[in-house]
Amino acid sequence: MRRRDMLIAMGLAACNTRRPKQGVLGASERVNETIESFLLHDVDPSPRGVTPEMAYPSYHVAPAVPLQPADWVLEVNGLVGKPLRLSLDDLKKLPITTTRIHHYCVEGWSAVAEWTGVRVSELAKLAGAKDTDYVEFRSFDAPSDEARGYWSSWDRESAMHGHTLLAFGMNGKPLAPAYGAPLRLFGAVKLGYKNVKYLTEVNFLDRRTGGYWEDKGYEWFAGV
Amino acid sequence: MRRPQPLPIRITHWVNVPVLAVMAMSGLQILRAYPYFGPQGERWEWVPLQGWMTPDWMRAGQWLAGARHLHFLFAWIFVVNALVYLAYLIWSREYRRRLFWPPRDTRPMFAQLAYYLRIRKQAPPVDLYNSLQRQAYTVALVLAVLEVLSGFAMWKPVQLSWLAAMFGGYDGARVVHFLALIGLALFVVAHVIMVLLHPRSLVEMVTGGKPR
Repeated sequence: MRRRDMLIAMGLAACNTRRPKQGVLGASERVNETIESFLLHDVDPSPRGVTPEMAYPSYHVAPAVPLQPADWVLEVNGLVGKPLRLSLDDLKKLPITTTRIHHYCVEGWSAVAEWTGVRVSELAKLAGAKDTDYVEFRSFDAPSDEARGYWSSWDRESAMHGHTLLAFGMNGKPLAPAYGAPLRLFGAVKLGYKNVKYLTEVNFLDRRTGGYWEDKGYEWFAGV
Repeated sequence: MRRPQPLPIRITHWVNVPVLAVMAMSGLQILRAYPYFGPQGERWEWVPLQGWMTPDWMRAGQWLAGARHLHFLFAWIFVVNALVYLAYLIWSREYRRRLFWPPRDTRPMFAQLAYYLRIRKQAPPVDLYNSLQRQAYTVALVLAVLEVLSGFAMWKPVQLSWLAAMFGGYDGARVVHFLALIGLALFVVAHVIMVLLHPRSLVEMVTGGKPR
């Protein structure tokens, strides 16, 4: 710890910004989570016009843009009545929703896109998912071949929100590889990093499993 | 008979010093992650200081996630402290001698300004504060309220969309949050200079001063 940070921590118990999940900072995050879930309601995001695709940032953790494996399917597991393995065509037979959503990045920028896909709540219905507290999303975007892929876990209420989609279309076109093809999560009620791209799994769980950025120290709830 | 600086005023004042420092420094660490304004695809070039990589000594929290945690913890401390201050200000009626009241303070404020600029020889009458001081403290309070409201708007631009809309959305709230910070920083600089020129005011903010 540098001297300045020592000074900042003075008067408080451990306020270590390298480990923001612990000590006073961690306790403060948990208090904020309660406030965040209290504020959560079924809201219509209704943003302005879409961001030109050239200007819409696209991030991934792999060294290059991850490409869809030939044998791609979406697996639905966890506390479900029947586990599922769905192709993109299977998903497209479910009720389809199109919605314009503001993307709020933790870095401080915002962008808008129109997403087309299936609500996570429709998928839950199809799989006969139990009323679990958490829904986990996993991806084939991995920092290396050995490392496990990007992931995030959501509180149930946010995952079942009417504007939380498993999207296969963006701005009226099929989802491009840079934006998470073939299937990505996009919700109106979370910061950008919660919206997992390059989906492989949706798991309905009764415990919280963190996430790629969350485990590094970013907020877990991250509602907007 | 009343002390120049009653105890609740002194406590909330001194709590603000470290809290505002941490808020500003963690805020500038957060800004570093994306030091630009306006939505993607339409940068608002009129906002000053874009692309500014805030220097190390101005930042706290070491990295984006650390700074956010620090910012959100100290934000609540700041809000609670501010509510205690405002409640006391109203309950004690201290607002009458502290806040800018245009019918009373507008003329003497310009007279005070003229005195500072050596245009006028005689200082206008002062009770606890002069009118220019009241104006400065009141503007600082307004800036603080703007910081809190635009901060909530950035934190929950969807759930508190009515609040974000007051600032022209998330990106507007971000601009207000940043410009109000510059305003507060300028206030602090002027405030510290004036205190150094009038050291008795510093003593009073520590001891409370003699009842007058």
